[in-house]
Amino acid sequence: MPNYAYPPMETRRVMGKRISRQDGTAKASGKAKYNSDVRPPGTVHAALLTCPYAHARVRSIDTREAEQLQGVTAVRVIGVAGRELNWAGAEVAVVSAVTEEIARDAVRRIKVDYEVLPHLVREENLARAGSRAKPAGEQVTGDPDKAFQEAEVMHQGEYGIPVITHCCLEPHGQTVAWQGDKVEFWPSTQNIAGIGTDLAKNLELPVTAVHSHMDYIGGGFGSKFASDLWGVEAARLSKASGGKPVKLYLDRAAELTIAGVRPSLYARIRIAARRDGTLTAWESQSWATGGYGGGGINADLLPYVYRNVPNRRINHSAVSTNCGGARAWRAPNHPQLSYITCAPMDDLADKLKMDSLDFFLKNADFTVRPAVYRAQLQKAAEMIEWKKRWHPRGDSGPGHIKRGVGLAVGTWQGAGHGSNCRANIHPDGSVEVELASQDLGTGTRTIIAQVAAESLGLPINAIQVKIGDSGLPQSGASGGSTTVGGVSASTRKATLNALEKLLEAVAGGLGAPLDQLEAVDGKIQVKGNPAKSLTWKAACQKLGVRTISETGNHNPQNAMGLSTAGVGGVHMADVSVDIETGVVRMNKVAAVNDCGNVINPKLAESQVLGGVIMGVCAALMEQRVMDEMTGRVLNADMEFYKLAGIGDIGEIVVHMDITPDHDKRGVIGLGEPSTVPTIAAIANAVTNAIGVRAPVLPLTPRHVLAALERRSA
Amino acid sequence: MQAFEYAAPTSLKEALSLVGSQWGEVDVLAGGTDQLSLMKDYIHTPKRLVNIKGIKELGGITKTAAGLRIGATVTVEELMSSAAVRAEYPALTAAARGITSPQIRNMGTVGGDLCQRTRCWYFRNGFGLLAMKDGRSLVPDGQNEFHSIFGGGPAYFVSASSFGPALIALGAKVRLVSATGTRELAADKFFVAPSSASQRENALAPNEILTEIVVPAARSRNATYEVRQKDALDWPLATASVALRMKGSGIESARVVLGHVAPTPWATPEAEKLLAGKSLTEDLAAQAGKAAVAGARPLSGNGYKVQLASVAVKRALLEAVRAKA
Repeated sequence: MPNYAYPPMETRRVMGKRISRQDGTAKASGKAKYNSDVRPPGTVHAALLTCPYAHARVRSIDTREAEQLQGVTAVRVIGVAGRELNWAGAEVAVVSAVTEEIARDAVRRIKVDYEVLPHLVREENLARAGSRAKPAGEQVTGDPDKAFQEAEVMHQGEYGIPVITHCCLEPHGQTVAWQGDKVEFWPSTQNIAGIGTDLAKNLELPVTAVHSHMDYIGGGFGSKFASDLWGVEAARLSKASGGKPVKLYLDRAAELTIAGVRPSLYARIRIAARRDGTLTAWESQSWATGGYGGGGINADLLPYVYRNVPNRRINHSAVSTNCGGARAWRAPNHPQLSYITCAPMDDLADKLKMDSLDFFLKNADFTVRPAVYRAQLQKAAEMIEWKKRWHPRGDSGPGHIKRGVGLAVGTWQGAGHGSNCRANIHPDGSVEVELASQDLGTGTRTIIAQVAAESLGLPINAIQVKIGDSGLPQSGASGGSTTVGGVSASTRKATLNALEKLLEAVAGGLGAPLDQLEAVDGKIQVKGNPAKSLTWKAACQKLGVRTISETGNHNPQNAMGLSTAGVGGVHMADVSVDIETGVVRMNKVAAVNDCGNVINPKLAESQVLGGVIMGVCAALMEQRVMDEMTGRVLNADMEFYKLAGIGDIGEIVVHMDITPDHDKRGVIGLGEPSTVPTIAAIANAVTNAIGVRAPVLPLTPRHVLAALERRSA
Repeated sequence: MQAFEYAAPTSLKEALSLVGSQWGEVDVLAGGTDQLSLMKDYIHTPKRLVNIKGIKELGGITKTAAGLRIGATVTVEELMSSAAVRAEYPALTAAARGITSPQIRNMGTVGGDLCQRTRCWYFRNGFGLLAMKDGRSLVPDGQNEFHSIFGGGPAYFVSASSFGPALIALGAKVRLVSATGTRELAADKFFVAPSSASQRENALAPNEILTEIVVPAARSRNATYEVRQKDALDWPLATASVALRMKGSGIESARVVLGHVAPTPWATPEAEKLLAGKSLTEDLAAQAGKAAVAGARPLSGNGYKVQLASVAVKRALLEAVRAKA
């Protein structure tokens, strides 16, 4: 068995290098085809009819007029008479037609009689939730009552972070063709290996009946794993349309209403410390909603990162609302918990008259990785010029623009998922690496090629990476930041296994035993004797007509040091606030993240940039606005569901912790931890600038001015 | 989008023969930046769409004895980059710049800006112009953070027009033409707060087309200030356009008009009176801002807009005196 350990950092030739993403040009030029661009010959188009009420029962549904419209190929009823629908946007019927326009017209001809039922769509006021709030049961560590009685300094406050959506650039959907006993499936998915299995189960077909394809995805962020009701119904429409491919993508309004949200989190916090700044106790009564299913928040992680505080009491209630449901959202739980922890910690530091940085440093022993957090806090502080920029709360300078800095912390697991890879070495010297994985835009294709190239001693452009097809060796879904750790390990193993076969084929000719051969610089050579070598091409020619095809498997239960879990992360923000208008401008975010062995620092930094940008949007702008009177999402559009534009983002500087200590931990995911601390860092910076906490996000002019008004009142 | 008949006349006369006699029958298309989304969302379902972009006489910016004539189909971008506009009417240039999407500036027209429908999210979600449900408005107890702080209903939406406040401050007139005649209205008479959902946000009749805007010679220092959260593609939260007729270093008379705070652009005689006969200082500008919002009646969630409108007035005034006459 080859030695799968990665070569020492300093001898790596392709891994660890700042290589640009392999599909960058294809994406920038439009050559890359996303599945929402895929339109096989004969494709018909489908549209959804959704429920306009937050809670209703279908009394009757009449589809006759839709069926009679010329061009309609199939109509299917989801909301049959008697069906209870629990949120506005719930699917009622679906129609396919030769054009999207006809499908939409047909949907409007379906007559539904609803019995409208009472609803609850807003959760920020827990008292109003009544029986819709389900307490999760109290968790206690130590003796919080005693700790609060003895507290030298205490802070209490109420904080909130609203429901937001994923806002994938490419909406949810798929094209699907069900012909005979075969289904060809082009979904927008984070799970090319598994989504067909899910669809097959829903269609009561054997798993082998479904073949899934996807070259590119326009964002998923945790919301695109399953075949979804619209996928299953599109397949059934295809069958009912004589096997014609059916294209069904959600429009933007449906995307923002039913394609998943990040749960909110509201909390009443008490937090105590000794006068020297040592944290002694934490108490939180929190609540959240993730839609009808309640609030998917794991409050037991509180106080976030600083969880080893000796005394804590945790209460959490999940509020069921008549809203579209939650889905994993880039680091489920973590951004909310980071805010709900780091904001009160920052407020307590103020009460202690301590610099927040000193306070977070002082308590680092309550984290699971004190040395890492201390180093990251110090590094980020240097990058944001903390010592120069920090001031006690409230910028005392003249004028209406106030400047401030803030910090926050994050963590994530991110161990590699189960993954299989096949490496083929052909007699002409070409190399293919094949996995049923997907590149969410993170650079997965590129890092697979880097690992393969490193292992085979080849330049990166000698490797052809094939992903995005369920017929390839199975690899895990891209969720939980598990992809990089999984695919790098399986690729490492498959390529070294294949290389061993190649070495076997040439060992005799080179007159050296296997363990004396190595693949470097495009050659197979005797270790320490480059004169005794074959070019890669010449070596492969020795295979005659035989292609080497070897697999590699990464089993998370036996990671062999190739991947591990657990990362930190510290972000610091520098903002300017116009205290007359409440408008917050981003000056800078400094982000420090670690993720073990960094295969490509450029792509890693790029991931962090994306994570920070999402954090800026969530801190300042994003909220799904529910209307209690109508039960509807009022801003299911890109007009009042606000996201930052380029001019709103400010400067972002990223530092990846690349050190032998981190590197030896193996490859760890970064996609999710890179977004976690940004929100709380910005909120704390705004507080530092204006001298008062605006406790409920996002930090819109409305919320910032309300806080300023409270201060002056 | 409901199927519709499409007409692309090349003369105003032909266009006027194609428009309807009541709302809902025929819509006029220019840039389409609002019209198409209204149709896609089934807020408007016209039977016919009359594209007026091919009518040459509706385009162009020309200087006439009466002032500056701006054709209804002049794009926002054309207006923004016009040196003649910038020299005399910085209030208009700034309002154009506030439309922060280059795509919308390139497609959208000045006439369209005045005739566009409100962005009220109840209206856009199909609850009608007055957002009524079971006989009462959804707005006062609903989600009203972007709604009006003036007027007191029954219309609580805000006028979406970017140019309206500046045109009113500058004393502009709009020309409305029908098959039977032509009328000119002062810009402040063009905007109307409807009292029923079947009315529109302006005085245009269904059989009329807005053909041009005439802005009199400015002889004023003028400016527009917009408060927006985002730098990119965002609606203003409050705006103010001001025009100051100067006498020496003092203000002889002032027009101060707010935007995005009421169902129409909102003139503020209180601020105007306060400014007349005084020299502008930072203090006076702030006082004028406060006077401008003295009559505001905010709803449950939009009290912050009172402050924003006040600040917009202050900053527009200071900008106007900094700018060249």
